[in-house]
Amino acid sequence: MIFDLLLAAALLWSAAQALTTPDLFRAVVLFIIFGLLMALAWVRLNAPDIALAEAAIGAGLTGALLLDAVGHLRKKQRERSP
Amino acid sequence: MKTLLNVVVLLLASTLGLALGWSMLDLPVAAVRLPEQVTAQLDMSGVAHPVTAVLLNFRGYDTLLEIAVLLAALLGMLALPRHVAGRENRPVPASTMLQTLARLLVPLMVLVAGYVLWAGAYQPGGAFQAGAVLAGAGVLLHLAGLLPAWVTLGQTLRAGLAVGLLVFIAVGAAVMAQGTLLQYPPDWAGALILAIEANLTLSIGLILAGLYLVLTNSGERA
Repeated sequence: MIFDLLLAAALLWSAAQALTTPDLFRAVVLFIIFGLLMALAWVRLNAPDIALAEAAIGAGLTGALLLDAVGHLRKKQRERSP
Repeated sequence: MKTLLNVVVLLLASTLGLALGWSMLDLPVAAVRLPEQVTAQLDMSGVAHPVTAVLLNFRGYDTLLEIAVLLAALLGMLALPRHVAGRENRPVPASTMLQTLARLLVPLMVLVAGYVLWAGAYQPGGAFQAGAVLAGAGVLLHLAGLLPAWVTLGQTLRAGLAVGLLVFIAVGAAVMAQGTLLQYPPDWAGALILAIEANLTLSIGLILAGLYLVLTNSGERA
């Protein structure tokens, strides 16, 4: 019960942080954290199939894509202001 | 002005949230008890895990359309104009640490994908998760500078992208001889599902990795 409440609070916190932080890299990392916590939440809800998919696709693949996008943006920014 | 807008958005969003939550609590009890029906028919499905039975047998049609949508998404991306002309496609080599880690991890990830695929018959797992792990391996290889982005897609790669959907359709058409699309004969169901899932895993892995490896190429590379 306490674990579930903590999990729910952490989910809400990481979601709010990911949306409001001005630093893009931080936002992506928080998004990945949110995805992994969400996978835990699915396990607690007795849906391990969805948890697997969430961890692999939501946190893993999407996270990698977003990180790569941030990298590209930074590179572009550096080129513009040497 | 901006704070006023924020307040309005916040109000609207919380109203929507509350309405959604309230209507969830207010949902009528389902007229058909689906979990019991699935459990009752599980012996006929060829697999022992109810989720796999629903995805690949009872509602195989949905999964067939899903893989078709995935393939269509990738084809749509391939149709976009990409900066390929005269651009060197050499992956940027990453640090030795990352390269070594990728070389060590990728064989393990392929093994895990195989296990997740096989385990899907009797516990959580299956083609989609296994494919996602494969795609993760592909992305890792690319980030480590060991796998170039996909500028042009060769015949083998194209075949790999399509094989999941093609095998699924072929099996569906083959069992149609005895009546309904995608209604497997119970004796063969297990083997057919495994064959479909193995090919689906390969295609899903390639398509998901492709969404990354084709996109990577579309931006300027420094």
